[in-house]
Amino acid sequence: MIPDLGKYAAAVGWSYAAFIVIIGGLIALTIYQRKSVRRALKEVESRMGRHDV
Amino acid sequence: MSLWEYANPKKFMQLSGKVMPWTILLTILVLGIGLVWGFFFTADDYKQGSTVKIIFIHVPTAMMAINAWVMMLVASLIWIIRRHHVSALAAKAAAPVGLAFTLIALITGALWGQPMWGTWWAWDPRLTSFLILCLFYLGYIALWAAVEDQDTAADLTAVLCLVGSVFAVLSRYAVKFWNQGLHQDSTILKVGEKDPIAAAYYIPLLICALGMVLLFVSLVLARTRNEIRARRLAALLARERSL
Repeated sequence: MIPDLGKYAAAVGWSYAAFIVIIGGLIALTIYQRKSVRRALKEVESRMGRHDV
Repeated sequence: MSLWEYANPKKFMQLSGKVMPWTILLTILVLGIGLVWGFFFTADDYKQGSTVKIIFIHVPTAMMAINAWVMMLVASLIWIIRRHHVSALAAKAAAPVGLAFTLIALITGALWGQPMWGTWWAWDPRLTSFLILCLFYLGYIALWAAVEDQDTAADLTAVLCLVGSVFAVLSRYAVKFWNQGLHQDSTILKVGEKDPIAAAYYIPLLICALGMVLLFVSLVLARTRNEIRARRLAALLARERSL
């Protein structure tokens, strides 16, 4: 199934790997920030008795 | 109903909450089809060999690196003119996404350039202006982080964004302005003209480009929502401290 990339296999492989690592890292960071800020917001809102956003 | 109503954080959260699942689904679908088609189902080029598969990442990410800055410019102008906080936060949210696209374009360009041009890097107008754009992204993110007052940070970063736009434009038109260096002019819009890109590569490339646009929209929406929540958290904490 994997195409024969010949002598350029490393260049092609590293290109796709760089894309997956950088975009994957950014997605993971975004999800982590979402979780942590939502948790902190819930705590503060429950302390202050507000649930607007 | 006016577009400006969505500058209200609450309205933005409501709308983006409904839109985001669809943009994420479309991103996975379109980008998945484009990359799988490009990687698995395109033949090697007679000159470039299998390195032609790199264009399915390099070209769309390079395009989005510039477009992300243009989006930040529009959002910054809205902040400067109309003082809508959501637009400033959207610009802030887009910067790391634009930086990621710029880094990928630079890395994949170097990986393609080494076997094809015989060098990882050249001080060519397109490459150099892209490197400067990358530095502007870093500076923009650093400036947001360095200034404590968020409105002042939004003002300063908006000015930086205006200045950086010169390099975003240069990145796109560098090859046309200075007809020298290694990097060729854009081939995407030349189909049907002299030296077109073959349809076998052009169609998956267009699908990948659309996928990258959707990826950008999804990430910016998600990150803007995070920024709005973080801003609200900071405001509530400040209010709590003052009580």
